[in-house]
Amino acid sequence: MDDQTVGTVGLKRGLAQMLKGGVIMDVVTPDQARIAEQAGACAVMALERVPADIRVDGGVARMSDPDIIYKIMDAVTIPVMAKCRIGHFVEAQILEAIGVDYVDESEVLTPADQHHHVNKHDFKIPFVCGCRNLGEALRRIGEGAAMIRTKGEAGTGDVVEAVYHARTVLGEIRRLVGLPDEELMAFSKEIGAPYELVKETKELGRMPVVNFAAGGIATPADAALMMQLGVDGVFVGSGIFKSGDPERRAKAIVEATTHFRDPRIIAEVSRNLGEPMVGRSVSSMPESEHLAVRGW
Amino acid sequence: MSADGKCEKSRVINVGVLALQGDFAEHIQILKCMGVQTVEVRLPKDMVDIDALIIPGGESTTIGKLSVAFGLMAPLRRFASEKPVWGTCAGAIFLAEESTGHDQPMLQVMDIVVQRNAFGRQVDSFETDLDIPAVKTSENQRPVHAVFIRAPLIERVGKDVEVLASLPDGRIVAARQGHLLATSFHPELTGDDRFHRYFIRMAAGLI
Repeated sequence: MDDQTVGTVGLKRGLAQMLKGGVIMDVVTPDQARIAEQAGACAVMALERVPADIRVDGGVARMSDPDIIYKIMDAVTIPVMAKCRIGHFVEAQILEAIGVDYVDESEVLTPADQHHHVNKHDFKIPFVCGCRNLGEALRRIGEGAAMIRTKGEAGTGDVVEAVYHARTVLGEIRRLVGLPDEELMAFSKEIGAPYELVKETKELGRMPVVNFAAGGIATPADAALMMQLGVDGVFVGSGIFKSGDPERRAKAIVEATTHFRDPRIIAEVSRNLGEPMVGRSVSSMPESEHLAVRGW
Repeated sequence: MSADGKCEKSRVINVGVLALQGDFAEHIQILKCMGVQTVEVRLPKDMVDIDALIIPGGESTTIGKLSVAFGLMAPLRRFASEKPVWGTCAGAIFLAEESTGHDQPMLQVMDIVVQRNAFGRQVDSFETDLDIPAVKTSENQRPVHAVFIRAPLIERVGKDVEVLASLPDGRIVAARQGHLLATSFHPELTGDDRFHRYFIRMAAGLI
């Protein structure tokens, strides 16, 4: 009876289950982390720069300075996540040593490996990964991801790609549920996903792990839109601290995420939030600036 | 069905699950499997018809702030003063009289003092088997598999509080005070419904 086990799949996926119905906010300072916690964020993502600034600055985007992550961990009691580059397992090891609660192997940072993601089974701490479709999601889960987020297009304030990716994933699951079992292998081949996970997804009628939306969510209405489409919660990156009144906007997005089916409440919380982030429409961006295409 | 064709609600038992944030869907799924009627509670009006309430796992700060913002604190306190309420993890914190070292909205209806994130961060989260006589049934005498995720501990309990489960070192992880139940761990994540059955028996006034 004394045996305690740590780092299990159940514990990794379980923490994501505790985040459901919540908002995870990008923060770059301990003060921003406190504002996020005060507004009701269920977790924060500790960063050096938000995606909108990464876009402006250009160059290579890497894991944040551990000092910033430590300071943010000290500032709040809610879970703290941090990003590593795709395939950069040493950055992931560092984040595990620091003791962050979740690692985001993220396309927002410059990929470190053009072919392979981190083998996430090697770690005791859980990972969240981005996806644009069900095949990509199930490949990441196959590598050990305990949570998935649809990618959207980070740092734009344009929700269109987040909607596209969520509709794609959820649409593919709806299609899968209707398939007879003998067609599952061909479906697995078609989407490039492990057969066992395809089978499990069909049986569950949903992804085997929690699925949040990310990339371009900037308003309470955007958050509620993603929730009504069927995701389990939302990440808001640049949308809060690049807006005119981060405190109010953060709280309003949290409230709209909880009451996502109640337009009267969403209307009420959306009043007088000040300027949203300026944003950039994805359709006006050259293909080379799209971050969502990173990941294999 | 009644004569006018409307679906009549049975007055067996109607369990509300606080659905502000967290793993409320997991609780609802288990209750539905047991054939129990459930209601998602997000606003005070959702509490009108419920006989018992579960406060799920999640982030206790988020659940507290949303309860304040939508006028739930007073209705929840009134409800908890006479009706059965069970809090798992964040829900247990929310029920407690005090959370050491933290100032956050809490119902303060149960005579327990909790310590948030008592075991550390996610890397310290763990699973273990616990012997919990209170929830054992004649068919199932096995230990309860308990999942602790950034879990709180129950540091102190008042004199009217019964300790239901402790870790081998004696630290308290489940307790009951009359119609109030608190667990540091997550029975809703394991597929073992004995805690839910225990709570339903509590709610029905059988134990």
